[in-house]
Amino acid sequence: MLSVEKLTTIYRDGSGKQVAGAHDVEFSVPTGQLFTLLGPSGCGKTTTLRSIAGLERPSAGTIRAGNRMVYSSDMNVFVPPNQRQFGMVFQSYAIWPHMNVFENAAFPLQMRRNRPAATEIRNKVMACLEAVSLDHLAEREATKLSGGQQQRLALARALVMEPQLLLLDEPLSNLDAKLRDKMRFELKRTQRDLGLTTIYVTHDQSEALALSHEIAVMNQGRIVQIGSPRDIYERPATSFVADFIGSTNFIDGTVRGMSGEELVVDTSIGQLRVEARSRPAPGASISLSIRPEDLHLSEGAPTEQGFNRLSGVVEAKVFLGEVLDFRVEINGVSLLARAHPSLRTHVGEGINIAIDPAKCTMLATQ
Amino acid sequence: MVGTSLAGDESVVDTATQVKRPIEIKWFLIGAVILVVAWLALIPLCFLVWQSFMTTATLNQPAVFTLENYERALGSADSLRLMGNSLQFAFGTSLFALALGTFFAWVNERTNTPFKSLFFAMSIIPLVIPGILFTASWIMIASPQIGIFNLVLKDLFGLSQPVFNIYSLPGMIWVDGLHYAPVAFLMVTAAFRAMDPSLEESAMMSGAPVFQIARRITLKLAWPAILASFLVLFIRAIESFEVPALLGLPVGIQVFTSAIYEAVQSYPSNIGLASAYAAVLLVLTSVAIYYQSRISSQGSRYSTVTGKGFRPRMLDIGRWRYLTGGLFILYVVLVVALPFLVLFWASLQSYYAAPSMAALKNLSFAAYGRVLDYPGFYTSVWNSTVLALGGATIVMLLTSVICWITIKTKIPGRWLLDLLASMPLVFPGIVLGLATMIFYLHFDIGIYGTLWIMMVAYVTKFLPYGMRYNSTSMVQIHKDLEESAAMSGASWFATFRRVVFPLLKPGLVAGFIYIVVVSVRELSSSILLYSPGNEVLSIMIWEFWQNGQYVELSAFGVMMIVALFCFLMVVQSVSKRFGISEN
Ligand SMILES: Nc1ncnc2c1ncn2[C@@H]1O[C@H](COP(=O)(O)OP(=O)(O)O)[C@@H](O)[C@H]1O
Ligand SMILES: [Mg+2]
Repeated sequence: MLSVEKLTTIYRDGSGKQVAGAHDVEFSVPTGQLFTLLGPSGCGKTTTLRSIAGLERPSAGTIRAGNRMVYSSDMNVFVPPNQRQFGMVFQSYAIWPHMNVFENAAFPLQMRRNRPAATEIRNKVMACLEAVSLDHLAEREATKLSGGQQQRLALARALVMEPQLLLLDEPLSNLDAKLRDKMRFELKRTQRDLGLTTIYVTHDQSEALALSHEIAVMNQGRIVQIGSPRDIYERPATSFVADFIGSTNFIDGTVRGMSGEELVVDTSIGQLRVEARSRPAPGASISLSIRPEDLHLSEGAPTEQGFNRLSGVVEAKVFLGEVLDFRVEINGVSLLARAHPSLRTHVGEGINIAIDPAKCTMLATQ
Repeated sequence: MVGTSLAGDESVVDTATQVKRPIEIKWFLIGAVILVVAWLALIPLCFLVWQSFMTTATLNQPAVFTLENYERALGSADSLRLMGNSLQFAFGTSLFALALGTFFAWVNERTNTPFKSLFFAMSIIPLVIPGILFTASWIMIASPQIGIFNLVLKDLFGLSQPVFNIYSLPGMIWVDGLHYAPVAFLMVTAAFRAMDPSLEESAMMSGAPVFQIARRITLKLAWPAILASFLVLFIRAIESFEVPALLGLPVGIQVFTSAIYEAVQSYPSNIGLASAYAAVLLVLTSVAIYYQSRISSQGSRYSTVTGKGFRPRMLDIGRWRYLTGGLFILYVVLVVALPFLVLFWASLQSYYAAPSMAALKNLSFAAYGRVLDYPGFYTSVWNSTVLALGGATIVMLLTSVICWITIKTKIPGRWLLDLLASMPLVFPGIVLGLATMIFYLHFDIGIYGTLWIMMVAYVTKFLPYGMRYNSTSMVQIHKDLEESAAMSGASWFATFRRVVFPLLKPGLVAGFIYIVVVSVRELSSSILLYSPGNEVLSIMIWEFWQNGQYVELSAFGVMMIVALFCFLMVVQSVSKRFGISEN
């Protein structure tokens, strides 16, 4: 549905020097899917989204929505934002304070070139307000809405135009934690029910993992990895992605050779067998990422078959309710491990560790 | 996909052609605005400077280039006296007004003085009273011959000499300073309100006495604002026309504004000399404005704004509060009650007489009838109404577009537009009148000698006010609000009309009202531009004064003040109903 190619948007400071922006952004979103741009603050997510909206003018690239070209630097096409008909929810919600709830939501329909009749507008607006449970507040002053209601009104206003594409810029970041969880599910439900192609911008990894069909992780203006939530979490491509999404252990090592389909790597915690995603030559140095929950701890001998087996000493532990975090020392290296709270090993005691070779993720050198 | 996609089936080529329609209504508007503003603000100035280097043309001698005007304006013994008078008057007036205004601002914002609820309303009233009426009323109070004060004191103590002489430099400073004090009051009050109260509270916790806190903390923190108000007052004083004309000219105390007027009115009129005076005056005001804008832009360095909505606890100044309350009452008496009562008294006489038992017998409202029957009374009411409402509308609409350009767009050169639209700030009214007169004398498009030349001058003069009101509200409109309208499919024009304009409304209305009030008061530009049949209200007063018709002047003044107050009352209650905040 949406395809973005080689999109580059650059900001310049007063003297014309390039300061930041987004570079060579490339992705496509199939119809009806929710695609997330994820990354730390300032990495260029909003810039990318605004370029798609037409609110920023990119310096290069192509943006196509459906079979319509909305931006192309080569063909010199730039469709102004008010002719793109994309729905957008701003981070600040941008509710017009001088209009009431109904008027806010009706605005996009009143702006159509062939403006629908008043009754049709009323029906469509009320249907949208109902979809976000604001129909009973239609006559309320927009300034008298709570944060959650404003967010839903902003969504209704974006939906009423029946957009080809819905753009959401951190729509939940202004809400408190409880409400955020609730709205997250409502958003997902609305998106799925209406089958809306959606681009979602957030810096919150759990939001991204929970909502998306596909995620693009961005860093310093570039996309570093695109994949399904599971992919991104389980097989981060770079140490940045591994670190940004969840917590992880980084281990450096040197390739010794192959053993069947697995790579044998010498590391500071001992020799590890690793699932081979590429085939580096023996002697190459590589970096591994192992998630804390993939370090299986046991007091007795591990039962898992085909796993790497190590032993260490418990350095410290932190009880977090549903899980227990252990800091385990192996050969002078501290690793973080996450275990079930039923594990009672005391600090200072020895412990066995088993690691699935498939969960030892080779990272691309950056 | 929801429903049918709206534009999804448009072909690529179709969209590409849409994009190649680059000239939007927006660009026409922007171009037009730039032309209009340059026309209003820049060109008359060029003509003024040009004229200051020319001799006066006579029937058999065309104008030629000369430096003589500047020699007279700057190099003669007279010019030294002129400069001395102007600076003394401006410094004296601004310092006096500043001291009064700052003192009352502190009393009102920080102490437990009685009558505080009256402070705001009472101190704004002088801003509404036209300067010429205020000055005339003070002549009736303190002139050596007819002043009530002098007559009363002479009677009481059997003096042979009058005690007060309003026709003097101190007299001029006194009258103008009293009249301008509210300007300082409002500016310094704003600074006090923006201050973080905890800064003063921590001084109090350190054990500092009340007056030490005021001197060492409050005033120090407000210092940039106080300095800025001083410069604003200085500019107002140096371009002030009514007081120097009414109080200075009769005894030969000339300042630049009155010198310009005399040079134009002399026979044959000496436009070249007037222009040279005007150029010197422009340099003075430009320097003051330059420093004022520097202070304001540095203001952030001192910035003490916290955004917390609470007001500091009022300081208990003990028995001093009776003194501060008394001083405030005295100020209100001198600035509001006395002038109005004197005018009212005079309006009830058949010929001017100081209050006495004998005069009490001759009271009548006859003067009001004479004013209403005066030829040209209704014309002048009509003219003033047209100019005030028309000028205010044009200014607010024009500046709303200018502010949008300068604040919301990244168009290169927008600073120039901002500069041009703010430039009339440096034009004293009489200089603007002179420049406009010269321009349309030489460039005849048929408005010289009509009402429209005054409209042009008013619009030019009040552009900066419109800029101030509109830019204050414009910066508060978050750009998301416009962008979300664009995302909803609104064109630029629709966005401006449906989103920007309604959000500007409170500022637009407040600015409109302000400009209406100052237009009705306007004298110093009109005085060089009006022609018989095109009088406005302030010119009527001026003519009454010139003809010595003090009784008619008083009746007219009383009616005008009452009308202005009724206007403001109506406006206030209407805007309260519609929730428009006034500032
Ligand atoms: N209008 C602008 N002018 C200059 N720099 C900008 C502008 N908007 C954003 N930036 C810079 O571009 C970078 C990316 O910003 P943004 O896309 O807003 O990041 P985020 O991923 O947090 O949404 C940041 O370094 C930001 O400071
Ligand atoms: Mg952002």
